Amino acid sequence: MIKKVRQHINQNEPLLFENSSPGKRGYQLPPLDVPAVDAAKVLGAQNTRAEIEGFPEVSEVEAIRHFTRLSTQNYAIDLGLYPLGSCTMKYNPRVNEQVARIEGLAWAHPYHPESLTQGILAVMGELEKMLLEITGMDAVTLQPAAGAHGEFTGILLIRALLESRGNPRKKILIPDSAHGTNPATATMAGYSVENIKSNDRGMVDVESLARAVDDDVAALMITNPNTLGVFEQNITRIAEIMHAKGAMVYMDGANMNALVGIARPGDFGVDVMHLNLHKTFSTPHGGGGPGSGPVAVKRQLVPFLPKPRLRQIGGQWSWNYDLPQSIGRVRAFYGNIGMHVRALAYIMAHGGDGLRNATMDAVLNANYIRALIGDYYVLPHKAPTMHECVFSDERQAKLGVRTGDIAKRLIDYGFHPYTVSFPLIVQGAMMIEPTETESKAELDLFVDALISIAKEIEENPEMVLKAPHNTRTSRVDETTAARKPIVRWKPN
Amino acid sequence: MYPANCHYTEEHEWVRVEGDIGVVGITHHAQQELGDIVYVDLPKVGGTVERGKTLASVESVKAVSDVYAPVSGEVVEVNSLLAASPEKLNEDPHGDAWLVKIKLSAPSEIKQLLTAEDYQKYVGAEKSKH
Repeated sequence: MIKKVRQHINQNEPLLFENSSPGKRGYQLPPLDVPAVDAAKVLGAQNTRAEIEGFPEVSEVEAIRHFTRLSTQNYAIDLGLYPLGSCTMKYNPRVNEQVARIEGLAWAHPYHPESLTQGILAVMGELEKMLLEITGMDAVTLQPAAGAHGEFTGILLIRALLESRGNPRKKILIPDSAHGTNPATATMAGYSVENIKSNDRGMVDVESLARAVDDDVAALMITNPNTLGVFEQNITRIAEIMHAKGAMVYMDGANMNALVGIARPGDFGVDVMHLNLHKTFSTPHGGGGPGSGPVAVKRQLVPFLPKPRLRQIGGQWSWNYDLPQSIGRVRAFYGNIGMHVRALAYIMAHGGDGLRNATMDAVLNANYIRALIGDYYVLPHKAPTMHECVFSDERQAKLGVRTGDIAKRLIDYGFHPYTVSFPLIVQGAMMIEPTETESKAELDLFVDALISIAKEIEENPEMVLKAPHNTRTSRVDETTAARKPIVRWKPN
Repeated sequence: MYPANCHYTEEHEWVRVEGDIGVVGITHHAQQELGDIVYVDLPKVGGTVERGKTLASVESVKAVSDVYAPVSGEVVEVNSLLAASPEKLNEDPHGDAWLVKIKLSAPSEIKQLLTAEDYQKYVGAEKSKH
């Protein structure tokens, strides 16, 4: 039985182009009070055009209604649980937004002289300090614009260090549970990728890792906890194996939500890592704002960090460009500073104890879900769950219903789907990350929904296969959309 | 299900030897696990490939997956059918939707591959493991 459902108005919104009728205007200009100018004469005929063909013409209220209606078709964390595994869709506290709108921070311009931007530089300096405390690393750059950008920056740093030692090496080892961005990063940085298989507990198999490490290996890219929501319990041993061969350990910090205030990557052998401020530190993402992917490093990598680097001399903040070994800029200006402000607000509002509590609640919530739906869905990896749990659709697949179908049915219950078919090492993966944000009441509704769907599949798989039923648009043809994409509107 | 005149890998590729040429594809099991295939990225003709290294990649609605070369050699032909009709890979993975033809540089590698019978058993075992 559906206990929670968000009412979807059963109306499809046409494109603005389709609402257009010639001659309609959304504006009214006052009479010209300066001499008229022929634009073609002033700018050159090649730089002007009479009209934009096919450009939609609508009134102001039609434009407003169009976009307002579209906005109601969205699903957001502000509407309910958003259990998209690996994405950490936690609530973005409003205090972050208030702080980010403080005039001096919101209007800071990258070309302001340093003497006028001491406040925003102090914000960045303070954030750097706190991220180092949280990660146990030695230095951090705030430049990278998001997670994969951070990975790329981190691997370039490793390459620069190894080059300075005479040999950049050739390979990067990546466990088969990794985020898809990891192999993409390694390839972009000029390395070839070698896969490391996970064992039955969902952890990196230490023996096959040890066999794979040779003098050609530059680094291991490891996510901890990994994408199964499992903590790599052998991480210090893994780091020893890598270091013994002169190779580095890169940690994808996408899952730091499970570690903050409890364990520090810098203490368990990580040399370079990135953080996702837009996941762990509650800045908006998923269309709500730009990301931010600070990269933290151990001492030996500091000289190679992107420049400019923030420094404080005699109480004054300034940018240091005099860094001959730096890999250079990875981002225009200084990174997505609005996110730095929000992340610092989040950290300071929580304090150390608050952050630790958030971590424990994130893990508690994931384990609560694991415990309650464990009788209905198969959990292939039994190792302790951290901040997310990954089920398999194995039992439901026998009745012809796969993870994607269950996800579609969840929409009818008023929830955003979990992550479907990832990680790839779980067949028919259902990856659920509730985050610490959710109350027991919201989690119970979600659990009820999943249990109810499991029963529906037993009784009436056809109904689930045709879901969603309560949305404007029912199931769309994803295959044709991918094979023959229509990426823009064209006039008939 | 799996043609007896082909050899198979644990990564779900097949190869059929025709003289000094190996015709390579992915198995029925592979296409089933991938789901609807939307794009096939094939290597350039004339390039060399090494057994066990990435040969091609296959994109489905679920994920992008590498296809590994079951044998070493030179790519002498790629299946042009798949550019316009990737769905063929779902429909006929052991027939029309072969991926590439490789001129074998080490024909003895074939002996290390699985027979159809062994592959069938392997897929069965893999299934029950999950």
